Amino acid sequence: MRRLLTLQLGLTFAFLYLPIAILIVLSFNRAGMPTAWTGFSLDWYGKLAASPKIIAATRNSLIVAASSTAIATVLGTMLAIGIERRRASPKVDALLFAPMIIPDIVLAIALLTFFTLIGATLGLYSIVLSHVVFNIAFVTAVVRARLKSFDWSLEEASRDLGAGPWTTFRAITLPLILPSIIAAALLAFTLSFDEFIIAYFTAGAGQGSTTLPMQIYAMIRFGVTPEINAMATIIIIVSFILVLTAQRLNRGRLPGP
Amino acid sequence: MAPGLGWLVVFMVVPSLLVLAVAFFERGVYGGVDWATPTLENFRRAFDPLYARIFLDSASDAGAATLIALLIGYPAAYAITLQPPRRQTALLFLAMLPFWTNYLIRTYAWIVLLNREGLINRVLIGAGLAAEPLPILYNSFAVVLGLVYNYVPFVILAVYSALQRLDPSLAEASRDLGAGPWVTFLRVTLPLTASGVAAGAVFVFVLSIGNFVTPDLLGGGKVQMVGNLIYDQFLSARDWPFGAALSMVLMAVMMVLLFLNAVAAAGAARGRHHA
Repeated sequence: MRRLLTLQLGLTFAFLYLPIAILIVLSFNRAGMPTAWTGFSLDWYGKLAASPKIIAATRNSLIVAASSTAIATVLGTMLAIGIERRRASPKVDALLFAPMIIPDIVLAIALLTFFTLIGATLGLYSIVLSHVVFNIAFVTAVVRARLKSFDWSLEEASRDLGAGPWTTFRAITLPLILPSIIAAALLAFTLSFDEFIIAYFTAGAGQGSTTLPMQIYAMIRFGVTPEINAMATIIIIVSFILVLTAQRLNRGRLPGP
Repeated sequence: MAPGLGWLVVFMVVPSLLVLAVAFFERGVYGGVDWATPTLENFRRAFDPLYARIFLDSASDAGAATLIALLIGYPAAYAITLQPPRRQTALLFLAMLPFWTNYLIRTYAWIVLLNREGLINRVLIGAGLAAEPLPILYNSFAVVLGLVYNYVPFVILAVYSALQRLDPSLAEASRDLGAGPWVTFLRVTLPLTASGVAAGAVFVFVLSIGNFVTPDLLGGGKVQMVGNLIYDQFLSARDWPFGAALSMVLMAVMMVLLFLNAVAAAGAARGRHHA
């Protein structure tokens, strides 16, 4: 029984990783297609680097991910400390749970409706405002998990010794929870960088605010092209590194998406 | 606390309430919303046989994906709990890792595998198992496969945490009383983890039925989920009120399922208490 279960686990991992592994191998195939192995080549990576569309989309995605992560990390950390210091209320929990379970398409059309009705011109900034919504929820969840084991009497001691609230936060609380804040930020960055549907709806009609996932979507709809394999490889490796670093910092704890 | 909660209110709660409001008005002549004419027509249309059909079809595809994901994910999660504690953390992390990469790319990987010239067809033809390429892409099969692939990690996580909360002495007691491993699993482990598993299943089902990317890319426009229908109303048909009504029906389905699961879990907890 045990053996069967272990075999099943092995097969599940094969199912999860083989498609990704095949993409990575194909990205180095000169022919680019799974027809035959025609030799190792970095041509497809070169093609990628030479495409102005992909460079521009990557730049946009970096801007969106960095901005939404910065905002969400500050607001989410404040929120996590506020909730854990007092007692959590079911209403606040529901508010933080919602972005994780509402289907992307529903949040996407809601934000499009909202921005349109208030007469906003859409662009990169509206993607940032939208991405902060789910990123706040993730940052708060990660930081709260760390605060569960936080010894609040340390803050009391600091105050008793005459430190103000800001000094206490900067000298005591922040250094102790910093690893989990950085972990949360790395995860938020990954989520925002990869997010497609909400960005697609809140980017507006202009070509200027195409993000990398939007560009990838356009390319996939056009057909299977070897450049996508190369781009997929880069994105997979970068996200794996970011998530692995987050996991190290967070001592093995990661919340589920 | 206030700025974070305020952000969620302004950019999530208010927009959602707006969608709810829009669902009760007629579409404008040029695609917007005609705020002068309130109507229930959008909801009536959502239950029109044509659209009810799409709801049912996508519910059956989403249901199939949920069931298969459970059948793969439950034993995998169970197998992880049998490993030494340190390895458990590593395995769980490995199971979740694909979830953190780009959804489009994970879906695209299956186009590469399943298309007529793809790896699976080449292997099948090469091995003499098929005479010509099998039509395994751009149909319900590919869509369900894509959904299972993307959501299995989610099931593993949900089942694993349910199994973690389980008191190991219960299974021990069952074995001490002479029950075999199967009986112990069916009578003790499975019922006690059912509510955690069901919560995971609700998410997989709702994320599947509301999915847009997978049916779009792997269904080749032939398989429609409620997610695609909503997408079309907003970006092609420009009938926002109808799209809004469809979104609200989708949210209602999700809330009913979560509510039923919570009631069932509370009932099970009470039952245990009295036993």
